[in-house]
Amino acid sequence: MTGTPAPSDKTDAAPSDETDAASAASVEAANPAHVSRRGLLGLIGAGAAGLAVGGAGGAAIAAGVASATGATGSATYPFFGTHQAGIVTPAQDRLHFAAFDMAASATRDDLVALLTDWTDAAARMTQGLEVGDGATGAQYAPPDDTGEAVGLPASGLTITFGFGPTLFETAAGVDRFGIAGRRPPELADLPRFLGDDLDPARSGGDLCIQACADDPQVAVHAIRNLSRIAFGRAVIRWSQLGFGRTSSTSTSQTTPRNLFGFKDGTANLKAEDTAEVNEHVWVGGDSWLAGGSYLVARRIRMQIEVWDRQQLVDQEQTIGRDKREGGPLSGGTEFTAPNFHRTLADGSPAIPTDAHVRLAHPSNNGGAALLRRGYNFTDGTDALGRLDAGLFFITFQSSPEAFVTVQRSLATDALNEYIQHVGSAVFAVPPGATTGSYVGAGLFS
Amino acid sequence: MSRTALIAVPATATIALLLAGCVPNNPASTGSGAAAAPLTVAIDDTSCAVSASTATAGTLTFSLTNSGTDVNEFEILAEDQLRIVGEKENLAPAQTIDYTVQLNPGTYYTACKFQLIGEPIGLTEFTVTGDAVAVDADTKQLADAAAANYVGYLKDQVGQLTPAVQKLVDAYESGDDDTARALFASTRVFYERIEPTAEAFGDLDPKIDYREVDALAEGLDWTGFHRIEKDLWAPKSGDLNSDDTDALAGWAPSTPAERKKLGDQLVADVAQLNQLVTASDFTVGLADISNGAIGLLDEVATSKISGEEDWWSHTDLSDFEANVQGADVAYGYVRDIAAARGDEGAKLVKEIDTQFAALDALLATYGSIDAGFTPYDEVTEAQRKQLSDQVNALAEPLSNLTQAVLGKA
Repeated sequence: MTGTPAPSDKTDAAPSDETDAASAASVEAANPAHVSRRGLLGLIGAGAAGLAVGGAGGAAIAAGVASATGATGSATYPFFGTHQAGIVTPAQDRLHFAAFDMAASATRDDLVALLTDWTDAAARMTQGLEVGDGATGAQYAPPDDTGEAVGLPASGLTITFGFGPTLFETAAGVDRFGIAGRRPPELADLPRFLGDDLDPARSGGDLCIQACADDPQVAVHAIRNLSRIAFGRAVIRWSQLGFGRTSSTSTSQTTPRNLFGFKDGTANLKAEDTAEVNEHVWVGGDSWLAGGSYLVARRIRMQIEVWDRQQLVDQEQTIGRDKREGGPLSGGTEFTAPNFHRTLADGSPAIPTDAHVRLAHPSNNGGAALLRRGYNFTDGTDALGRLDAGLFFITFQSSPEAFVTVQRSLATDALNEYIQHVGSAVFAVPPGATTGSYVGAGLFS
Repeated sequence: MSRTALIAVPATATIALLLAGCVPNNPASTGSGAAAAPLTVAIDDTSCAVSASTATAGTLTFSLTNSGTDVNEFEILAEDQLRIVGEKENLAPAQTIDYTVQLNPGTYYTACKFQLIGEPIGLTEFTVTGDAVAVDADTKQLADAAAANYVGYLKDQVGQLTPAVQKLVDAYESGDDDTARALFASTRVFYERIEPTAEAFGDLDPKIDYREVDALAEGLDWTGFHRIEKDLWAPKSGDLNSDDTDALAGWAPSTPAERKKLGDQLVADVAQLNQLVTASDFTVGLADISNGAIGLLDEVATSKISGEEDWWSHTDLSDFEANVQGADVAYGYVRDIAAARGDEGAKLVKEIDTQFAALDALLATYGSIDAGFTPYDEVTEAQRKQLSDQVNALAEPLSNLTQAVLGKA
């Protein structure tokens, strides 16, 4: 998947490279002047019509218009379109997620300029192109692009932007950017949940960027370059690397496992269920957020060492599924719907009342469904020598209320003995940018 | 060195023009200032009296007379009182000489320097009014003047470092630790402002400014400021070095004899630095100046933010401030050249100005070189991040300065 030499997939900035996806070539065309990172404002209104090629699907979900190139299966997803990529896009293998705070001195113009510059850089990087004038150029200036992704394919990179509640209004009630009046009422700090042990330094943020790719170097390159572009306007508040997807977001994907060793995301919303996705993921109506979504991120630390000492039967009863196959304890195979009414010979429920799968299931939550897109993480070990590992849980939903409903249900989850939520954030994810514009433009119009 | 004066520099729209006395201009050819009454400067060993405190922008001629007992120097400083915009050196006793300099509108300071070393004498505000002269970025004169004046500034700082180090060493060697501690941070300021220059001289910076862990790693005898620092702020049992090793392992307080040796060594090393920057063949190019500014910010980002520099005295913020001042001064020498490089140059300069002002304002909340700064061990992680963020905000546009100054691909 990674590190496979694929000369024919090379999608760096060379304009003469005709093997690129059409969308890649069109981004290059949209930026003919090779404007520097500092001069990106000029891109607005530049002849970007060609960009529509990649996003021609319009309402089509990103997964449907991906163009895979070469035998390695390295995909390239269009950046521009109705929805931002990285939501219903088949979950890539790797994540680098970053939350940013705006600089104290930043103005509304700075914010718009930042989003414009980010959009330009993201549009290029997702097509496998270098940022700005590239990784080499003028001898006596630092190159625009940091260079570590040169020669690597786009690797399915998607870059998804979100706006936190504090972007609209600080905790002290200050409307720094003249957008407080446009904050959707749903966009607010999540309520406190039982067992939360949140670290403010790993929570919240004015803005977020989710970079997902099949190559970790490509994902890190994206966040690194975007944060560099932000210097002076926004700074990273916290960031998180994820090394293995824990959900499938497409029926074309097999179900991966989380660090508890169980399949995760079996019952996830899938991109192909258009009606479900429209109902549960995308924000409706005609506000600036229409076609967007809400992203909830939770850093969930797992007590790995303790979990590993649990008997198999206890592990399975905690989750409510069979460990190897992933079938519900009420019987059947992985994709068999769990039967929460089924009882064992002794009259006890086949799926325990405090099993995770029972409490999280839509039928237990008034139909609330989430599109999960989380990643496993390990940030080395802590001072006690324990793995600092767990699940960086990301969900997309048409309202944060759906997450709140499910999370409240999980108050009695048997799993809580082995996990702790240590970071939390919520962001409004604007719809996709139209060609020639920038992500979130509707908020400022 | 008032903070407010320094902050004002980047915000000033028209920074002093850089043409120095070494460029022979005909006073009659430019500027209305030339037509005004000639300016005279009466110089002796302890004073430096200019006949007027204002002038009109353009080419100005100062008639310098040295009635003192030894060589003297006349210099014109920018509003920050650091950046030399023009100087005339080696005025012999009883000598009168005309010195010509082109000045744009702004606030300046005039001063003299007896025997060409030490603190400026007779520092006096000098105001220039009128219209600015347009700058052509590719004028060789402009580049030459910037380079010449930057050398003058380096000499000025080393010239002030020399007596300051002597005072510090005198106190240290005589065991007057209170005085030595009080002088430590303010003495280092002159060095920290020009650190990249000292580093360019190979083995001098290791001798003057290495931290214990650096010297150990390179197998060098540990000498210089930080060796003295550890004697002055001696560790207690249980204290750790910056690399988490036992601070008392392989270390003992210096004996009076060792103090004498270390002190004399520092004085000698600084004297050598002075010799190097005052040598007639010591020159710098525009890129050296610009890279000096960039290097100073990198210095802040790597060793000052972490608090590893002044591990025992916790005077890191003073070094921090001096690095930033040094970067600002170096930037000031090439600013107009960069600004004249089309829209991109003007935009870059505007951004750098903004971020310098923001960093100055942030640092000012922690104190000043004159009044002292908050000890760095009292600066919280959150505050350090805020400082780091602002350093990044400045360093990022500043990293593009050299390209802009040189103006070639």
